[in-house]
Amino acid sequence: MRLPFRALALYLGLAALASPALADALFDSGKLLATGGVSQVEGAGGGGLASWAMITGYGTRNGIGANLHYTAVPLPDYNLQTAGLAVGLYDRLELSYAWQGFDTQEVGGALGLGRGFVFHQNIFGAKLKILGDAVYDQDSPMPQIAVGLQHKENDRAAVIHAVGGRNSTGTDFYMAASKLFLAESLLVNATLRATKANQFGLLGFGGNKHNDYTVQFEGSAAYLFSRQLAAGVELRTRPSNLSVAHEGEAWDLFAAYFFNKNLSLTAAYADLGNIVIKNGQHGAYLSLQAGF
Amino acid sequence: MKRLVVVTLPLLLAIAAPASSAEDTLYQDMGGQPGIDRIADMSVDNYLADPRIKDIFSESNMERIRAELKDQFCVIADGPCRYTGHDMVATHKGLHLTNANFNALVEDLQAAMDSCNIPFATQNRFLARLAPMQHQVVTR
Repeated sequence: MRLPFRALALYLGLAALASPALADALFDSGKLLATGGVSQVEGAGGGGLASWAMITGYGTRNGIGANLHYTAVPLPDYNLQTAGLAVGLYDRLELSYAWQGFDTQEVGGALGLGRGFVFHQNIFGAKLKILGDAVYDQDSPMPQIAVGLQHKENDRAAVIHAVGGRNSTGTDFYMAASKLFLAESLLVNATLRATKANQFGLLGFGGNKHNDYTVQFEGSAAYLFSRQLAAGVELRTRPSNLSVAHEGEAWDLFAAYFFNKNLSLTAAYADLGNIVIKNGQHGAYLSLQAGF
Repeated sequence: MKRLVVVTLPLLLAIAAPASSAEDTLYQDMGGQPGIDRIADMSVDNYLADPRIKDIFSESNMERIRAELKDQFCVIADGPCRYTGHDMVATHKGLHLTNANFNALVEDLQAAMDSCNIPFATQNRFLARLAPMQHQVVTR
């Protein structure tokens, strides 16, 4: 976490020192409010569970945007936290890093891992916008399309193998399409993700039941109530690779409030279904993003 | 009885008939020509007060821009006008406008529509028709 953050701060700091006017032009915060999205659960620009084709931050094609985020998902029997940073370069390329902690609380004790046993995961992401513009192309049905990957490294290889997972690292590949139907004040996203991840990778990759990549769907629809408030629903399907636990789709109802281009708060009711020995893992999803 | 029919029939028809499309246009929802004129004027006022973009207009004939903007907004909203101004590519050629400039224009227009109490959903119907102009206006 430290190294990329310092490199980023150094780069941004140097650019700002070199010339305040140049920095203003480079960090232009020129996108319209909310069109940079928020930070999805794995740190990419998007919604909550679902990723978007938009490049994160408020930099236009002439500028650079960046943000930090913190997300908490306190579930009945687990606690998931994510913190990360992401940079959007020239509204073309997005680079992201996220750190996740998945606290098994009492379940860890019940499984013999120890009460409060925590899985950690580093997620390195990249996303490239390849076609279309979700906002400006209002005269065509063409969505904005981006391709991306998320490389995940889990620190609990021994436990992952013990529950039937095959790997502690894995890489997801996805293609996302996003379209703002501005006349209807509606934003729609659809993403196909090739993945082997169990519970987003928190329980490793591949398993004793299935060990191949499968293509999963994630989608969201949001209605814009104002320039500052969007609310909607998200769905994400997931593979069920482990014989010890069935993994189903996850969904949420969310509202995202954009105070300004520097701060947004997303609140959701998220249902992640069964996680290992506990059913009904649903609860609040809260995410704060700060950036430009 | 006959008198009753004469009186009530037009009334019933008036109630039963759906709002005709001519009355239901975006133009009407934006307050007709007085509303659109006010939005255009307030937008121009906002542009000239906006440090991000005011310099773009330093060489411009603002009275002409106000008049052309009113006509153009009217046409875009399906109003009974004709836009006789310059085409978008020609008007913005040489200005080297960025996406950030374009979005600043949008934000100032949104602020003008807020001031004129245009509902957000109506604003978006109008902005959806303006958005594709980004392709002609933004050259940098």
